[in-house]
Amino acid sequence: MSIEVKRITKTFGSFTALRDVTLNIPTGELVALLGPSGSGKTTLLRIVAGLEMPDAGTVIFHGEDTTNLSVRDRRVGFVFQHYALFRHMTVFNNVAFGLSVRPRKQRPKQDEIRERVMTLLKLVQIDYMADRYPSQLSGGQRQRVALARALAIEPKVLLLDEPFGALDAKVRKELRKWLRRLHDEIHLTSVFVTHDQEEALEVSDSVVVMNEGAIEQTGTPDHVYEHPANPFVYRFLGNVNFFHARMCNGRARIADIEVEAREHGGADEVPGIAYVRPHDIEIRRELSDRMGVKSVINHISKRGAIVHLELNAQGNRELFDVELSREGFRALGLRKGETVYAILRNPKIFFGVGV
Amino acid sequence: MSGYENRGPGPERSGKSSAISEPPYIRGLLLAVALTFMGIFLIMPLTAIFLQAFEKGIMAYVTAISESETLAAVRLTLLTAAIVVPLNVLFGVCAAWAIAKFQFFGKNVLITFIDLPFAVSPVIAGLIFVIIFGLHGLMGPWLSSHNIRIIFAVPGIVLATIFITVPFVARELIPLMQEQGSEEEEAALVLGAGGWKTFFKVTLPNIKWGLMYGVILCSARTIGEFGAVSVVSGHIRGKTLTLPLQVEILYNEYNFSAAFAVASLLTLMALAALAAKNFIEWKSGCY
Repeated sequence: MSIEVKRITKTFGSFTALRDVTLNIPTGELVALLGPSGSGKTTLLRIVAGLEMPDAGTVIFHGEDTTNLSVRDRRVGFVFQHYALFRHMTVFNNVAFGLSVRPRKQRPKQDEIRERVMTLLKLVQIDYMADRYPSQLSGGQRQRVALARALAIEPKVLLLDEPFGALDAKVRKELRKWLRRLHDEIHLTSVFVTHDQEEALEVSDSVVVMNEGAIEQTGTPDHVYEHPANPFVYRFLGNVNFFHARMCNGRARIADIEVEAREHGGADEVPGIAYVRPHDIEIRRELSDRMGVKSVINHISKRGAIVHLELNAQGNRELFDVELSREGFRALGLRKGETVYAILRNPKIFFGVGV
Repeated sequence: MSGYENRGPGPERSGKSSAISEPPYIRGLLLAVALTFMGIFLIMPLTAIFLQAFEKGIMAYVTAISESETLAAVRLTLLTAAIVVPLNVLFGVCAAWAIAKFQFFGKNVLITFIDLPFAVSPVIAGLIFVIIFGLHGLMGPWLSSHNIRIIFAVPGIVLATIFITVPFVARELIPLMQEQGSEEEEAALVLGAGGWKTFFKVTLPNIKWGLMYGVILCSARTIGEFGAVSVVSGHIRGKTLTLPLQVEILYNEYNFSAAFAVASLLTLMALAALAAKNFIEWKSGCY
């Protein structure tokens, strides 16, 4: 089931949550709505679910206009950020709820419901907890119950609001791998909201980057990461350094070096900003040509597999971060206060608006 | 019930730290003050009621409470409760739902007005209805021309009691429903439940202990209300006397043992309400 969102606008009082948002989600895809808080991603999800009415625009499920269809008739599976499990019901009854509230004629028989619920609980690997109450479960287990409950009504689309937001780091990583596998198994068109770029890039088939009520860019995780449409997307999708840049004869001057920058299309002498990811910087002791930024190592911190360096560019005193692997760091034998050359690979230069 | 209990800190941590525990004589003093106070102002009067009630023996007690006027007062009191409490439940749930789950203009005004009966003296509550429905009141001429009696009749008693007890259920439910939010209701709607099913299967079970607590407080107040009812009742024997008014009348006629016998009935009802309240607190505590 595909989802089409056309020119949706939504305001809450004087606050504009969404402005003229248009989005296409093809059947069977797992899509991440990624953005900082207040970017409108949850509002968009709730409008797709029917929990919120747009001020203008339409929501189309599989070619059918559902804008005015009530929540209960939309048949969407919705997983709430804080799970919203029914606290006075057992896990079993939580999952069975959607089936047992159907009108008598459409309601499956008791043993059919039981069978379907148990199958779902097995799918989410908590069938042994069927008789427990939500308060007796861990966060990760509650998340699984919420998912099983959403799947029980055989939804046409699955919507998840910050599905891993309330979990600790380790459980979060496990659960998102598991969600990806589950999606590959059941191939349900799914949309999830997240503010964690790592989560979005790891789990989804495509990422929708949102900011201030509008979509900044849509594409596969690789595409948006490698070819960010604008500085916001670049900054939001990971750690980033920025250097002041200036165009000069089709080349950009960054600190005390020059790089080829024809494709970025800035006019001569226009100021711009060059973005470089910390792991896209190579450190050398000596240089044969003059392509590296001469810098002093300000600070070294070792975290896990990666060593973080803070460098101070000699030319214009700009501070920037570099990430090295432990082996790379050891091979170079770097020390605090040393002068080194930083080679910027793959800098992304933006001129004009938003810079 | 879930059968799951959060037992809190273990026995080794259940005692207070020695830094904030008082010396034994202070503890003893505090306890003595509390118990003496309770003895003088609660236990003694309560005992006195029952002693007075049975002063002339058990037979006199039984006669006093089985007198037709007393029975009429019991009936009227229970009738009032049977009308007032359900109406208050309805109003309380609606008001709490609206306040907790919607944003609307005038919400703070509504919350303030719900508290009004707590602030206003019951006598004034009674007078309000006399001013509106009394013979010389705003609607008096119209009512008397249609032969409808409100003041000095049962409808007036019911109205005054409703006014007095409005806050009980709503006040109990508002904070509870605000704390619970509306996510579970939203979940029920997404899963295909309609409004009524959502209310009966999700909302009501979540608020049931708070609701029962409110119902008990409301019932206790309804049965015991004196001031407002006294203004609108007209004190017609066997017709518009509720139990508290019956007690007053008997007492004013120096019929002490009968007055205390009826009072003991009221006291028993209050004690039953108290027991029910404690049971609910215990029950909702382990939920």
